[in-house]
Amino acid sequence: MLNVGKIEEGFVLDHIKAGKSLEIYDHLQLDKLDCTVAIIKNARSNKMEKKDILKVECDIDMLDLDVLAFIDHNITVNVIKNGEIVEKKELTLPKQIKNVIKCHNPRCITSIEQELPHIFCLADAKNEVYRCKYCEEKYMSSAKWT
Amino acid sequence: MRHLMSPLDFNTQELDRLFDLAGDIERNPGKYAHACDGRILATCFYEPSTRTRLSFESAMTRLGGRVIGFSDAASSSASKGESVSDTIRIISCYADICAMRHPKEGAPMVAAEKSGIPVINAGDGGHQHPTQTLTDLLTIRSLKGALSGFTIGLCGDLKFGRTVHSLINALVRYSDIRFVFISPEELRVPDYITEMLKAKGIPYEEVIRLENVMPQLDLLYMTRVQKERFFNEEDYVRLKDFYILNSDKMALAKKDMLVLHPLPRVNEISVEVDNDPRAAYFRQAQYGVYVRMALILTLLEIQV
Repeated sequence: MLNVGKIEEGFVLDHIKAGKSLEIYDHLQLDKLDCTVAIIKNARSNKMEKKDILKVECDIDMLDLDVLAFIDHNITVNVIKNGEIVEKKELTLPKQIKNVIKCHNPRCITSIEQELPHIFCLADAKNEVYRCKYCEEKYMSSAKWT
Repeated sequence: MRHLMSPLDFNTQELDRLFDLAGDIERNPGKYAHACDGRILATCFYEPSTRTRLSFESAMTRLGGRVIGFSDAASSSASKGESVSDTIRIISCYADICAMRHPKEGAPMVAAEKSGIPVINAGDGGHQHPTQTLTDLLTIRSLKGALSGFTIGLCGDLKFGRTVHSLINALVRYSDIRFVFISPEELRVPDYITEMLKAKGIPYEEVIRLENVMPQLDLLYMTRVQKERFFNEEDYVRLKDFYILNSDKMALAKKDMLVLHPLPRVNEISVEVDNDPRAAYFRQAQYGVYVRMALILTLLEIQV
């Protein structure tokens, strides 16, 4: 079994669906941070059989929790200080997300005005449905993993 | 400052006030003839529309205001690549209120975000056309006396018709309304609407033939069944007569049933029905002017 050392200060994203850690890495724009990142793929899990884990050594404030919650609100966020877990953050679906997904409706104004932000608002929390702020095109949050 | 993007932007109390005002305008037009003296309405129409644009222009003119604008994108700075955001910033310097129609969905909302003046969505692609819904509601309220306690049949293209979807969404806020959806299988009302009705416990039925349900209707909202919506010519030929309203079908209806249509009509209502006192679609266009007058006064916060 592979061993990855503890981090002193930062966060651990646990219970990521197996194989999806690189997508999380991209969405959180971790490539832009000058810090240590460990990507663990297909780790054994009692709950999920297999899971991915991301360990990042940086200030928790540098993490966009809204984006993370939109991607998968079942991910566990452990905040680490002095090598210990000091907080487990609960993720809830954000009310609004900006420039995370694009509206693909060819009739939407965002399709011709490139400078407009792509904003989606939470329309149905139970079914994880988001709608484009401008044209109300539906986006199922669950569709991102398919 | 308020804008109008969707018919649901106003709650039912606000709609009551708007319709009361429209009713007063209908009864006392002279009282409002100078209400908008010195005010300017900009009609920014990025695609052609005769009735909606002229209805807005008529409304502002009848209030004593003036109108500026353009009636297609080719004659606007959009043809030079100007964004909606930039255009509305400029229009805000020229006018006091703006009615915008745009082929792209959400364009009036983009305008409203940057605008210094109230923006009215005068139709954005297949998305929203709130002043048509306000017109439909005012017509029903004025001619039926209330917006509750009736069975309404919606006939024709219920799948793609945005006026139908908007009207259903607006009517479900009122009590004791029953819907009858009359359409070919290919043009049935979308599932999200029937699911919403089920969730709210609002009764509805879906039928294929108009004459079968005529006797139970208090209102009949007609829309056009377009040939290109059908998968094949054979189905179109077989079904098209089901959705043409004529004197024979009107003979089956209640004596006080009303026929509405957002217009333009092509052949889905025979001209022989026009003289029937129950045909309300031309009066509906008149109510469209009254409700736009009331809307302009409301958004400009002008009290008379």
